[in-house]
Amino acid sequence: MVELTIDGIKARTWEGTTVLEAAKEMGITIPTLCYHPGLTPYGACRVCLVEVVKGDRSSLEASCTLPVEEGQVILTNSEKVRKARKLVVELLLSSCPNSKTLQDMASNMGINKIRFKIKDRGCILCGLCVRYCKEQMKSGGIGFVDRGTSRTVATAFGVTPEECRNCGGCEWICPVCERACLAGNLLDGLCGGCQNVMPVETCPVCTGCSESVGPQGHKVY
Amino acid sequence: MNNDPERVAAIANKYGCSRDSLVSILQDVQSEYRYLPEDALRAVAHALDLPLIQVYAVATFFKAFSLKPRGEHIVTVCLGTACHVRGAPAVLDEVKRQLGIGPGETSQDKRFTLETVNCLGACALGPIVVTDDQYNGQISPGKVKKILKEYKKLPKE
Amino acid sequence: MTRLRSAIALEQLRSRIVGQRDPEKACISICGGTGCHAYKCEDVASAFKEEIERQGLTDQVELKVTGCHGFCERGPLMVLYPQKIFYQRINPGDVPEIVAETVVKGHIVERLLYVDPISDKKAQFEEDVTFYKEQQRLVFGNNGLIAPTDIEDYLAIGGYSALSKVLFEMQPEEVIEEIKKSGLRGRGGGGFPTGRKWEACHNAPSYDGIRHIICNADEGDPGAYMDRSLLEGNPHSVIEGMIIGAYAIGSRSGYVYVRHEYPLAVKNLIVALDQARAHGILGDNILGSGFGFDIRISRGGGSFICGEETGLIASVEGKIGEPRPRPPYPAIRGLWGKPTNLNNVETWANVPLIISRGADWYSQIGTDGSKGTKIFSLVGKINNTGLVEVPMGITLRKIVYDIGGGIPGGKRFKAVQTGGPSGGCIPESQLDLPVDFDRLIEAGSIMGSGGMIVMDEGTCMVDVARYFIKFLTEESCGKCVPCREGLDRMLDVLTDITEGRGKEEDIGLLEDLGSVIKEASLCALGGTAPNPVLSTIRYFRDEYEAHIGEKRCPAGVCKALITFTIDEEKCTGCRVCARECPQGAISGEKKQLHKIDQDECIKCGLCRDSCKFDAITVS
Repeated sequence: MVELTIDGIKARTWEGTTVLEAAKEMGITIPTLCYHPGLTPYGACRVCLVEVVKGDRSSLEASCTLPVEEGQVILTNSEKVRKARKLVVELLLSSCPNSKTLQDMASNMGINKIRFKIKDRGCILCGLCVRYCKEQMKSGGIGFVDRGTSRTVATAFGVTPEECRNCGGCEWICPVCERACLAGNLLDGLCGGCQNVMPVETCPVCTGCSESVGPQGHKVY
Repeated sequence: MNNDPERVAAIANKYGCSRDSLVSILQDVQSEYRYLPEDALRAVAHALDLPLIQVYAVATFFKAFSLKPRGEHIVTVCLGTACHVRGAPAVLDEVKRQLGIGPGETSQDKRFTLETVNCLGACALGPIVVTDDQYNGQISPGKVKKILKEYKKLPKE
Repeated sequence: MTRLRSAIALEQLRSRIVGQRDPEKACISICGGTGCHAYKCEDVASAFKEEIERQGLTDQVELKVTGCHGFCERGPLMVLYPQKIFYQRINPGDVPEIVAETVVKGHIVERLLYVDPISDKKAQFEEDVTFYKEQQRLVFGNNGLIAPTDIEDYLAIGGYSALSKVLFEMQPEEVIEEIKKSGLRGRGGGGFPTGRKWEACHNAPSYDGIRHIICNADEGDPGAYMDRSLLEGNPHSVIEGMIIGAYAIGSRSGYVYVRHEYPLAVKNLIVALDQARAHGILGDNILGSGFGFDIRISRGGGSFICGEETGLIASVEGKIGEPRPRPPYPAIRGLWGKPTNLNNVETWANVPLIISRGADWYSQIGTDGSKGTKIFSLVGKINNTGLVEVPMGITLRKIVYDIGGGIPGGKRFKAVQTGGPSGGCIPESQLDLPVDFDRLIEAGSIMGSGGMIVMDEGTCMVDVARYFIKFLTEESCGKCVPCREGLDRMLDVLTDITEGRGKEEDIGLLEDLGSVIKEASLCALGGTAPNPVLSTIRYFRDEYEAHIGEKRCPAGVCKALITFTIDEEKCTGCRVCARECPQGAISGEKKQLHKIDQDECIKCGLCRDSCKFDAITVS
């Protein structure tokens, strides 16, 4: 058993648990995007950052990939954490503006302006679809291709892979491919007014699943 | 595409079909064909028993590889910090203008491919333009035309 | 060649080799590093070979093409032993005279001597050359004595005696203690204490006992080529270091990860590994000690992030070079999930030195926090471009002026950039800063792998910041949001500033973005990427403000903010610039003052380059 302190409260948990899971056990919910309890943690979105205090220094780490350590001191909602998380979500929105999940997250954090150029990638590259295909379906037909801002989720040579079993899981698990606010103006979409409304599935990024559905109409292989 | 899966298998065997040599194998395949054809990548995935998407991901991630055929002559401009400070961007602009292509692109007639590199380690000669294996040092925009003229005169392969 | 099966056999071979060599015999050591290849040093070497044969001196004169000597500005260069006469900027036409006059008669050919740019004094011998004088070339100095593809040269200077001492006189734990005591810190950029790293890997649990050793020869920082020159010129020093490390840690499997752009280093390394195996220095039962270890080469594919340890490990595993979060650190779980120790080329090369001469001796060199020497690549706006090895604690001023010979063209020093894209720019006010891991961090930079780019009044610091961010956006793996999107947006802001669209709030935005990217990124690429921007804002804020507020580039670099004009006084109306101009923007009658049409001008600089009268000015 490992004993650590989260937000001033002492916690005890098994070795091998992550800080995110340990916090959850205590009733503290840290926001996430690229995390799913059934898949290996990836640490890409940086929304679940927590502050790890060591003496008079501290650093920010992704709680979903941070293993608990004896004597760790964790802060899940300090000023440093909030500042970083806010900027990360602002960056995410500027790269995937038509996502209700992101819009709701932003309005909760009080983000009401985007200071960066909007470059709609239609994807936050969280890798959930890739991990789902590989770990849950044991297929692994889709993956990350190229790098940097050219990185995308794709299939080899752009054709439906032989391994694909048309389960639609990649579309189902995607945290951002749902209908966003059609108010017309991105900033209007940050009002948070329809937070409790269930989104309708529309997959903006087709990974070649031949069963993809959606009102926008997709290329069917 | 005259693609011989046995040639690819031979290259893979040279490295013991070992995963830690994937990049080396792809480099040798690229030397053979001057780029990485689709069939060759499928053959490598098969030889190393790797998912095709993994080989494809590696081929697109590393900038040493090209999935499109490259030109007969490769013109490389060094954009290392020392060369940058000595005026390499202006040299690159001139090369782009002379060849009519951007970095990573190949000319229509397939004669030239323009690339950039982040340091050749010959900083004393910067800015440098490498044409095939020839190092041309202390290049200014004015000297670019002359160097490329020699290559444009060469007969097509 | 029979494999050596004992320490004694090694020493006997060494005595035999040394015995066969006459220290008084004339030997011409020619630099064959990649830098000198660009100067066609192989033509000079062939010319020497022919001339020596022609004059019938093949038995009296030895010719050795070695690795990089370090003085890249003055190549092709040579050192004549035993006197150690130093000639620079040699071309094949000089060779007959060198052989006839200096080699045979001992007369100096004055025009080939080095003249110091500041004092104007000539130097006859290598040790008097001011470039070398202030250096302490403990690791790099051996390059001049070794033909890299000949293991006997390495043995002749005492090579592999440290290995022998370790295998037969020391326990693994003692070796680790010695490295800890020496104070050696990683030379790749992080500066982590090497002994502690080895200890962590040695102690990490491994149910099958497998541990891996890796040499990081990815050297991605643009402008840094020390590791390449070490690997090309003295591969055995690195191999010896790795075998010693493997013994200390308990590893039987090693890799050298060499970046794609270093074909000569790979070539020389392959030869060196084969020769080491043939001599029983690598493989099973090394020198008959019972300890077995071998090294494989893994090649990079053109990716800066593969210099990051977890990115490198992923690449060796046949995957894309995508870093992963730590903990667990590679020392605990690394390559193929096993405890792995990764060190830089220069770090490994320091190991045999520490074992041979002792940690006590080593820890006398340098400062309290930074022991030993460091090799830097001194490049950019500097007279004496090259690779320099200096003791830690030496000041930047000494490096730039005493060794570097100052700034060419009489221009004024502006800044020295250290640490590559992870580092910062150090201004003139801080030139007396000692080169030390911790002091450089305090000043807003880092030691990094050793790239040292000198900049003068003609360098625009905003442009430099933009250059580094652009480089990093192209090299980012793209996994985590702060680095992938954050650096991309930082580049947008910097581009706006350099193209005259800067806004007042931009500096604050860069600082905000920078501080979050530093803290929130997954790996050290993003974690250090904002450094060049933040350090140039810290020391050169006025340049940013000029670009934004006045739409002016003080250094005269940013195309959108400069104007090319023809100087009335100097123009002779020769029409040369008008012919060169690709836009036809220059008009003027023959022998009349010419004029540049600013609307058509694309600022390519061809006119300035072609004007023989220096009549084109940039403002």
